[in-house]
Amino acid sequence: MNNEITGGSGGPFRWYDLFSRGARDWLRHSEKVREAVRERLPEIISNAEVLGGGHRTVRVPMKLLEHYRFRLRPPESHTAAGQGGASPGDVLRAPQNHASGQDKGQGITEPGGVQFVLELAIDDIVDWLWEELELPNLQARVGGMTDEEYRREGWNRRGARSRLDRRRSMKEAVKRRHAQGESAPPFSDDDLRFRQLVRRATPTTQAVVFFAMDVSGSMSEGDRQLAKTFFFWVVQGLRRQYQYLETVFVAHTVDAWEFEEQEFFQVSGTGGTVASSAFEKVLDVVDTRYDPERYNVYVFYASDGENSPEDRETAAAALGRIGAVASFMGYVEISSGARRGGETETAALFRDLASSGDAGSYVLTASEEVWDAIRAFFTNRSQQDSHPSSP
Amino acid sequence: MSELELYEGKLEALARERGLDYFPVNFELVPGSFMMEVAIYGLPVRMPHWSFGVRYFYQLVQHRMGHSRLFEVVFPGNPGRAYLSKNNSPQENTLIVAHVLGHADFSKNNELFRRSQEEVGYNIVEKAAEHARRISDAAAIHGDNRVEAVLDAALSLEAHVDVFAGLRREPYPEFLDDRNSRSDNPFQARYQSLEEPRETEGTRRRRRAPRPPRPEKDLLWFVANHAPELDDWERDIFLTVREESFYFYPVFATQIMNEGWASYWHARLLREADFLPQGTYLDAIKTHSDVVRPYAGSDQVALSINPYHLGFSVWEKIIEQRGLDKAREIMREDDDFAFVRNYLDEGLARELKLFRYEAKPNGEIRVINTDIDELRESILASKFNFGVPCVSVRHMRADGTLELEHEHRTDGRGLDIERARKVLEYLYRLWRRPIVLDTVNAEGKSQQITVG
Repeated sequence: MNNEITGGSGGPFRWYDLFSRGARDWLRHSEKVREAVRERLPEIISNAEVLGGGHRTVRVPMKLLEHYRFRLRPPESHTAAGQGGASPGDVLRAPQNHASGQDKGQGITEPGGVQFVLELAIDDIVDWLWEELELPNLQARVGGMTDEEYRREGWNRRGARSRLDRRRSMKEAVKRRHAQGESAPPFSDDDLRFRQLVRRATPTTQAVVFFAMDVSGSMSEGDRQLAKTFFFWVVQGLRRQYQYLETVFVAHTVDAWEFEEQEFFQVSGTGGTVASSAFEKVLDVVDTRYDPERYNVYVFYASDGENSPEDRETAAAALGRIGAVASFMGYVEISSGARRGGETETAALFRDLASSGDAGSYVLTASEEVWDAIRAFFTNRSQQDSHPSSP
Repeated sequence: MSELELYEGKLEALARERGLDYFPVNFELVPGSFMMEVAIYGLPVRMPHWSFGVRYFYQLVQHRMGHSRLFEVVFPGNPGRAYLSKNNSPQENTLIVAHVLGHADFSKNNELFRRSQEEVGYNIVEKAAEHARRISDAAAIHGDNRVEAVLDAALSLEAHVDVFAGLRREPYPEFLDDRNSRSDNPFQARYQSLEEPRETEGTRRRRRAPRPPRPEKDLLWFVANHAPELDDWERDIFLTVREESFYFYPVFATQIMNEGWASYWHARLLREADFLPQGTYLDAIKTHSDVVRPYAGSDQVALSINPYHLGFSVWEKIIEQRGLDKAREIMREDDDFAFVRNYLDEGLARELKLFRYEAKPNGEIRVINTDIDELRESILASKFNFGVPCVSVRHMRADGTLELEHEHRTDGRGLDIERARKVLEYLYRLWRRPIVLDTVNAEGKSQQITVG
């Protein structure tokens, strides 16, 4: 059994050339790190670096795992033996100014001291996230959202050559010969059968998601970052869920504009807040491009909630009209400062809407809560879907 | 290998002439990557575990930074196995062969090595490979994760063994105070011959011995034998790790002596090998002074002690003052504790310019003194109890709860609480009953860690 150990002196390869035990165990360590990362996902997705645009990976700084052993508490100061030309009282190294942070510099010898960067594919993260949510597929809205397409159905004696069903045609020939007896021709044009196409309406799984964001002066850079991080992960998640997901990005101050995805995550603005401008923009886009009969419409709106009071009625009316066409509306109130979340102008608008069922809101105060916010919105949805209310 | 073969035979003849007594040694040239892995695993083929992967990573980083260079590794046994790095020059290999012979002499004759080889076997390299294969088989049957959980626990308690109680131990006595067992100890025998107290109903019933009867420091053995719900294959892994620890103990506990002895002999054999060409000798002796030197590079002060240099200097002194026969006796009977305490005297410490220093939390490093007693203890401090805190099993409750105790008085301070908790969590996955551990916190007040 141990021949492989004593190793022939012959051939060019020895047993130890065949694989690296260290590399094998290092790979296992990396696997464990990934498992650990999965448990820390909420923390990771709040990492704003993902918004850089175009990247399909997230870089996460990680510590090497430590295999724990019993160890004594580190002493205040430690004594040890040294060697060389030094006599009692000599100071070999002067006290350092930044004493507490000093250990980090020489971390290489101390397990757990080295940080390395783990690169995770965004697709993997989204897979893990949605696995955790265990969302059923969001369903098509009850009622006639349909899509027409051609399907194969039945056979015809005429048709295009490309749809000839050879097997079926042979069966017809066998039947006919059997009926006609010995003298029957082996094959005739009457035997031919062609597959038939018909137009059929099928429920659609198309969806359009509007991401509307308040970029007015009152939203600080941090607020915007928070909103964008939230949107980023919602986009990733919904893309996973829908075969054909269309996204529309809208940013507003007193006016509203539509943006490309890349630009949207970079956008910033100044000025006052008129929420209705964004809602009108959304309605406008729905009217021109997305027939609510054929699309599930989702709207997410992020703002600090400080809408101008004069806009109250206009905004309420616009929201009402959106509510009529949208499957769901989510409002994320960004409340990173000292403001009291959930008691603002905009929050009040959505509260009215929420009573009708298809809206929800969440107060987001820090990046760690992004995942909680997503969970709040989407588990709500799935619960609604699992108890279909009669139309 | 031509030059190696050329001088190997002559060096061996010379070594035997000088009284070195060793089992045959198989030499093999291996690539640098192999040397590195041996440094990580301690053995050429050893059980897989992710923690070795972490060490591998550190070693790679340090290797790239040019910190360490490994010339050889030797495994004791019959035959002994020596692996020499392919990167060595022939001149270096001449020195290394002589060095290896010194190690082979040491591991055949030193009492700790002798005993561990009698227990573990004279073929640790093959044995560890066999262990690795058994563990891989277990992983195939029970799954990687379950095997990893066992190894997490067993390897984290790796050094918590009692080598002096022996590898194969008798089980604990079932009952307390069994008077029928006659003792060889004359005092005990006489005491037992005294008239026994009149038996009453109460004394006739023998009392069951508690488990363990006295604090048990061989945690691996205790868990393997007394865990309430351990599967056989899990027990097997625990005992496997324990067996390898028995092999590692003498390597650990005689490092200064062993490296010093090998260095003494490579220096002496080369000096007396008149068959070596002058150039080879000079190159080899230059390698010697690189290995056996107290300071790295051009530094004049080192904050650690090179065991090669210390051991080499102490052996030279012993042989100069007491002769080779006495030196061989010391080599056979001592470990680093006795060696340093008995033979590192004040004169030698002064000659070697040894000192004690204190490193303060603010980064200041100050030389304290050169007191010989304190110096010796500073050198030995990291070697007590196989280099780990003294943790022992105090009691196993009727419900299976395991009570561990940290002897903080011996160690001088308490355990790192968070790490200790993690270790208990590893162990809990196998013990499957609650575990408590008593230690002290930063203020010296007793603190209990509970898991499960």
